[in-house]
Amino acid sequence: MIETAHPIHKYLRSSKKFPHIWCPGCGVGIFENALIRAIDRSGYTRDDIVLVSGIGCSSRLPVYVDFNTIHTTHGRALTFATGIKLANPRLKVITIMGDGDAVSIGGNHFIHAARRNVEITSFIVNNQIYGMTGGQCSPTTPHGVVTPSSPYGNPENSFDICLLAEAAGASFVARSSVYHTPLLDKLIDRALHKSGFSVVEVISPCVTYGSRWMGLGSPVEMMMWQKENCIHLDRIKGLDEQERRGKIAIGIFTDKNKPSYSEEYAKFIG
Amino acid sequence: MGERLLLQGNEACVKGALTAGCRFYAGYPITPASEIMEVMARDLPKAGGAFIQMEDEIASLGAVLGASLAGAKAMTATSGPGFSLMQEHIGYACMAEIPCVIVDVMRGGPSTGLPTQGAQGDVMQARWGTHGDHPIIVLAPSSVKDFFELAVQAFNLAERYRTPVIILVDEAVAHVRESVVLPDKGSTLIEDRPMPTVPPEWYIPYADPGTGVPPMPKFGDGYRYNVTGLCHDVRGYPTTRKDEVDPLIKRLFSKISKDVDHLQWCDTFLTDDAQVTVIAYGSVARAALQSVKRARDKGLKVGLVTLKVLWPFMRQTVARVMEGCPKILVPEMNMGQISREVKRINRGNCEVFALNKVDGTLITPREILQKLEEISV
Repeated sequence: MIETAHPIHKYLRSSKKFPHIWCPGCGVGIFENALIRAIDRSGYTRDDIVLVSGIGCSSRLPVYVDFNTIHTTHGRALTFATGIKLANPRLKVITIMGDGDAVSIGGNHFIHAARRNVEITSFIVNNQIYGMTGGQCSPTTPHGVVTPSSPYGNPENSFDICLLAEAAGASFVARSSVYHTPLLDKLIDRALHKSGFSVVEVISPCVTYGSRWMGLGSPVEMMMWQKENCIHLDRIKGLDEQERRGKIAIGIFTDKNKPSYSEEYAKFIG
Repeated sequence: MGERLLLQGNEACVKGALTAGCRFYAGYPITPASEIMEVMARDLPKAGGAFIQMEDEIASLGAVLGASLAGAKAMTATSGPGFSLMQEHIGYACMAEIPCVIVDVMRGGPSTGLPTQGAQGDVMQARWGTHGDHPIIVLAPSSVKDFFELAVQAFNLAERYRTPVIILVDEAVAHVRESVVLPDKGSTLIEDRPMPTVPPEWYIPYADPGTGVPPMPKFGDGYRYNVTGLCHDVRGYPTTRKDEVDPLIKRLFSKISKDVDHLQWCDTFLTDDAQVTVIAYGSVARAALQSVKRARDKGLKVGLVTLKVLWPFMRQTVARVMEGCPKILVPEMNMGQISREVKRINRGNCEVFALNKVDGTLITPREILQKLEEISV
């Protein structure tokens, strides 16, 4: 008999939690699927995994999946994750944050988690907007974009999350879009097996507010935008400044081997 | 008989915490609480625990809550400004029912205030600082020995009720050095959080087992469940259904309020025939004890009740004092936070007087004595 069940079903909490909260066409589901496939391949059991999230659309992900899950406060997922990892280093601790979550309200926690190099695999689902609260601009919203909180155009500059993570000391830093799923699969695999602090930024469309405020059109058009504008690091290097404008580099930014926080701390424990 | 040691209040707190089984500390330096962090940094690794200095107090309590979910008894310590930052996660700990201990060594405020001088201005912040309606347990030591004992009890209560427990201590008690005899190893009663006795497939994480306190497994033990700061159903899944929200919030209250009879911790001194009773806590209670002794020498019928639990307010104890005593004096190093609570439960039987000091110096026995003489007339 042919096995028809999708491998994801083994990991879903089907008892109560569906339908999920995400809008049709949202990229979070694509990421969730990729994450679960990667965990399924990884050899970790469901009991080994702790999924820690902050607040926002993507931070609702853990409640749907059958791991040890915790939906914390806005921006603070990494602080809880740090405590969990130190109290029980056997656990595989994964955080899921949004862009406002990780680099606005949680920006300080983010750079310090990277600096400490605690063994946490962190995913930042970047939709360049505050989706859950109605589409206000975030620290990754491009300059000039009109949103409900930037009615005359966003006067601020945006963060490059990967460059921030790299400068702060993360062991592994990479970026993909949800459109580039084979790359996303590969990056999640690498990040899950990395010792030290790893960051994968996942470019994902906000089909409700991103499309309304950034003028990116329908969910399909937003996917096509990702296809055309997310360019692999190897290729983007060959482009001149004019051609690079508005493009997002994807691929592995950093992959270093250095002692993790727990390895350093273990030297003190009697 | 246990070991006799000359200890600072903050050191005694660490010894109490370690005796209670604390194996995780996360904190951020702040005067006048930093010694707790420094002693933890030195002693926790030796006890097989983990210490981490976090980037701020929000992160400190976040890490403490994470560690507690992973099964460690965990604590942090701070002072007013850091305590303000922790309020977000105090609410989270109430809602998600995560045991933890938070020490607030009170200094003068508001804001940066008087970093090196004592105060008792955080009584109401400890009660109502986080948003939303919630219960809280707050303990107040008045000596180094108290600080040790209440640190142990803070962990016991946190574990028993799955709730954050706050120790409010003023700078004087945190920094004074006193000779204390610690109990023999193994002679202290240590409580641990209730654990599930059913197999994982039967486990319903937030179902009331009858005590109001659901069993709490460690992350990684096979009981995979969801933790959230959102209102949740018995399975831990977010809900807005009124028939699920209402019992949750009411259970959070009742699990503690049903046991208030057991939380009437105080020392009483010469209260039986007292015509004026001093109600005090923290270092002020030490000064008050001297004042009461001197007033008795002068023939005044005065007594003292030293509160060790500030919240839930010891209504029964205080009401009983008020029944037989026409006058109450509440000296405090604030503008009247506990005196207001005493006045609130007064049924008109007595007059409640306050003695307030907010200049950063301690209330002296002379000042309390003077006030006692004034109101005894």
